[in-house]
Amino acid sequence: MLTSEDPFIGPGSSFYQLLLAQRGQTSISIPALSGISASLPHGTTVLALRFSGGVVMAGDRRATEGYSIAERDIRKVHAMDRTSAMAFAGTAGPCMEFARLFRIELEHYEKLEGVNLTLEGKANKLAQMIRGNFPLALQGLIVVPIFSGYDAVRQCGRIFKYDIAGGQYEEQEYCAVGSGGKDAKGTLKKRFKKNLGQEEAIFIAVESLCDAADSDVATGGADMLRDIYPTVTVLTAEGVSDIAETNIKGVAMRILEKQKEIG
Amino acid sequence: MAVPSYYVSPEQIMQDRAEYAKKGIARGRSTIAIEYDEGILLLADNPSSLKKISEIYDRIAFAGAGKYSEFENLRKAGIRHADMKGYLYSREDVNACSLANAYSQVLGTLFSQETKPHEVEILVVEIKNGTGRSVEIYRISFDGSIFDEKGFTVIGGKADTLYTYLKSRHQIMTLQNSITLCVQALKECYRQEVLPEGLEIAVLERRCSGRAFRRLSLSEYASYLNAAPPPAQSSDPT
Repeated sequence: MLTSEDPFIGPGSSFYQLLLAQRGQTSISIPALSGISASLPHGTTVLALRFSGGVVMAGDRRATEGYSIAERDIRKVHAMDRTSAMAFAGTAGPCMEFARLFRIELEHYEKLEGVNLTLEGKANKLAQMIRGNFPLALQGLIVVPIFSGYDAVRQCGRIFKYDIAGGQYEEQEYCAVGSGGKDAKGTLKKRFKKNLGQEEAIFIAVESLCDAADSDVATGGADMLRDIYPTVTVLTAEGVSDIAETNIKGVAMRILEKQKEIG
Repeated sequence: MAVPSYYVSPEQIMQDRAEYAKKGIARGRSTIAIEYDEGILLLADNPSSLKKISEIYDRIAFAGAGKYSEFENLRKAGIRHADMKGYLYSREDVNACSLANAYSQVLGTLFSQETKPHEVEILVVEIKNGTGRSVEIYRISFDGSIFDEKGFTVIGGKADTLYTYLKSRHQIMTLQNSITLCVQALKECYRQEVLPEGLEIAVLERRCSGRAFRRLSLSEYASYLNAAPPPAQSSDPT
């Protein structure tokens, strides 16, 4: 353990850089392994939408391995710190590793510097980390997160989505990624309004996931039999909070009733 | 570095270095760590915005006294060590004892091998879960000596005087009473008024499930100090 290092060229306040410096490249590139992806668990649909007080993020609970269901109760939306959260779609292993690493990255920075990164800073850092994963993404080990948070400077919720090359796009209204992302987006597009209330936004989020589950085999909907429901996380000025399962169950019931009415 | 052409005994070299380091530390202000009923209180006499107290990990905190650049380096190294260990294994595997040992090794090596010893004294404190000891307080000196303290300790200039003052008065109290006692100790030992603006206060709170470290805002501890009964009566000198 060194006690003095050059503060201008060392890992600075980044845990990710420290990890790269200490352990070499985290991702190794092995050619001709592209078939491996199908045999690994994949997380599927996640989404985020803005409402008047911040952002609602939601994810279904299913992970698939090819045509079989690998997990029924995986969580895809994770709080990263007190004001931001990440939802991921892609190969479950690297995705969960990313969530863990990014969480430490933010905490590490906060402890070393004594202040939090701005939301913009966090989003940019995540883009760099995804870019670092590019060799693995080309082999099918894809990580495509949605990153959202409450921006204390602008006093609003913000949503960022990414592509496998580390491209970063800020979304003004909503976004959904994963295998059922396109289906979820259909519902979001029809239902989204500016300045939604929190309850309304949660309803739309769960409804979008249920619709995605209806059309996409890799997306899990509300599983009444096992009591497994999508997870919903709300980000506001007060912080990040997970909506209780009983509440989501209530929302899922209402959606079911509504669908029955339609027939 | 020029090699001295005359012989100096190893004892003399070590003694000189120790004296040099002690002088450096004695010039600085003090930091007190004290156990209270719901955790550990860290209180530094520090009017500067450069912090002397820091969070290291979920239930571990750090405090440094002496030369800022030197203990700041140690603080950063400690956070890196803890975060790396927590990442490689699990969050529960990070503990103060192993960190204090790492600090002790580094400071010991620096003391014996470098021309200039580090003019620092540091604290590593942890609140423990479950049975056994409720808190661990490690004090690591400039030469790498490590002390496992019980209940409270002091680092920095005037550490001995403050230690003696607190020794007869320390007991497990509420946060407010503990802060009042520490401020009273600083007043007595420095023989001058201690302004709330000149303090840096943080706590490790046992009831927190995740990161237990919290800095107290000026308004929060100023209200404690104002609401406190006259400290002379509140403490019970034996």
